[in-house]
Amino acid sequence: MDEIMVLAEHRGGEFRDITFEMLTIANQLGKENDIAVTALFLGQEESDLSNRLKGACDTIILMNDPELTNYNADQYLLAIETVVRSRNPIVTMIGHTAMGMDLAPNMAARLSLPLVTDCVAVNFVDKRLDVLRQIYGGKINAHLTMKPSDQYLITLRPGSFDAEVEQGKSADTQTFPAPSWTDLKRRQFLGYLEAELEDVDIAAADILVSIGRGIGKPENIPLVQDFADSIGATLSCSRPVADEEWLPKTRQVGTSGKTVRPKIYIAFGISGAYQHQAGMKNADTIIAVNTDPRAPIFTIAHYGIVEDMFQVLPLLTEKFAK
Amino acid sequence: MNIVVCVRQVPEVTDAELEINKEGTEILKEDLEMDINEWDNYAVEEAVRLKEAHGGKVTVVTLGDEDSEDVLRTSLAMGADEAILINEEGFELSDAAGIAKGIYRAIRDLSFDLLFTGVQCSDNGWAQVGLILAELLGLPYASLVVGIEINEGTMIVRRELESNTEEKLQITMPAVLTIQTGINSPRYVSIMGIQKVRKIEIRETDSEELGLSEEEIGVKGSHVASQKLSLPPVGEGAEILEGSLDEICEKAAQIVRDKGVI
Repeated sequence: MDEIMVLAEHRGGEFRDITFEMLTIANQLGKENDIAVTALFLGQEESDLSNRLKGACDTIILMNDPELTNYNADQYLLAIETVVRSRNPIVTMIGHTAMGMDLAPNMAARLSLPLVTDCVAVNFVDKRLDVLRQIYGGKINAHLTMKPSDQYLITLRPGSFDAEVEQGKSADTQTFPAPSWTDLKRRQFLGYLEAELEDVDIAAADILVSIGRGIGKPENIPLVQDFADSIGATLSCSRPVADEEWLPKTRQVGTSGKTVRPKIYIAFGISGAYQHQAGMKNADTIIAVNTDPRAPIFTIAHYGIVEDMFQVLPLLTEKFAK
Repeated sequence: MNIVVCVRQVPEVTDAELEINKEGTEILKEDLEMDINEWDNYAVEEAVRLKEAHGGKVTVVTLGDEDSEDVLRTSLAMGADEAILINEEGFELSDAAGIAKGIYRAIRDLSFDLLFTGVQCSDNGWAQVGLILAELLGLPYASLVVGIEINEGTMIVRRELESNTEEKLQITMPAVLTIQTGINSPRYVSIMGIQKVRKIEIRETDSEELGLSEEEIGVKGSHVASQKLSLPPVGEGAEILEGSLDEICEKAAQIVRDKGVI
């Protein structure tokens, strides 16, 4: 029977949200096309973690092995190859995450599967895959129709589907023996590194004033700092500012930085790549200032100002100076 | 330490208002500035720094039309030693697998310790080519690399994960790494710098010389049947504040005051 297979992603004994997000869309496609949904769990099972998937898929494939405790490309590739070659799922779904980005392209090349990455919407009609992607930094939508194939591999953008996956199924668990690992010595996982101690915790701030690429040069930062000081806000930033080391990495809001939820978030010169949005979209009130009316930040901001931030900043600071 | 770096020329779209051609297949690029893909800029810088520390040479390779020579000249000015241009418009509608195939053919006979690509390109954002190359070359790899420490025949690599977390790995060489932004501070390239490398000969090749048929590249060799582009709808989301600049700022200030957290 045809199946959609979802690679469950976990770290430190917890599932990542993307696992449930993928099951949401997999179940929707499964229902529309009368296809079963399988969750593939690779890992060292502790406290029945895989049972948490039971209500949200038809079958759990469990490969339980200490070599799979932490993600390692060589072991994961061999494990997935073994399972996919045996079950031939019609669609295999992997998260477009640090793990999935490391795994999917290599897997596609190894198994000769058509791969489409970073999808935000998926349709499956008459056994043909149709996806929506965002390109050019989210400024353009690309609707792709794939050529017919018996098998597809796709990676899905985190946050694109509901993580509160509908329950109600009762999956059987099938265990799959782990392959022999003997030849895999080229890449070895050594450990995780957490970020060093930070000067301020941006996640604890009530008000964040955040800057992006639009700040242009570090000499412009005092202008923003003045405004932040006038309203008692903490300064944060998007990725390009941290990459340039204009502000420390610990001030970075987004997927690879911090997730924040302040009462007010004011974004200056931030275009709003999805990695940034993922870190701040749950702020109570978002005000965005950007010269480009089509900047993706305006799709999630509550209020927008389409003006030059350097015109806006001194005026705003003045409003609070009294 | 010989390092090959794959680079790509992309349109600079950060401040641009993009338009799409009437067939809906591509954005209009005539008015856009072309530049080195941001991730590749960091990859070239990292390669040049490793060469400066350990000796060897850096070879940059790109796939595109003849205008892509600019991105090679920029890389040479940063300190790369050799450059290869796969001058082939047939790759225009290739998917990542097709592009990787072209680059693979051009570099497979080179002798290198490391192959770098950027994590992804700012245009299509596939984030695939480097890892497909690793599989074609049969080499170990790591993606999203933010730190490299070379030891004898092996290296310690840091990968960027989510939520301020990194992963530490040991990888044998030769290997393929995809480089993340922020790993270093790329040096500035002046027009003078590019002038100085203008006489370095760029090796040119094309799909015919690489033994790739029309069936293997472009739309025929792609897994994608068609791609239809559109502008995301505006008007969703933010309430845009209107009025004179002062009125807009007063409205914004009032929104902040009304939250009662100051």
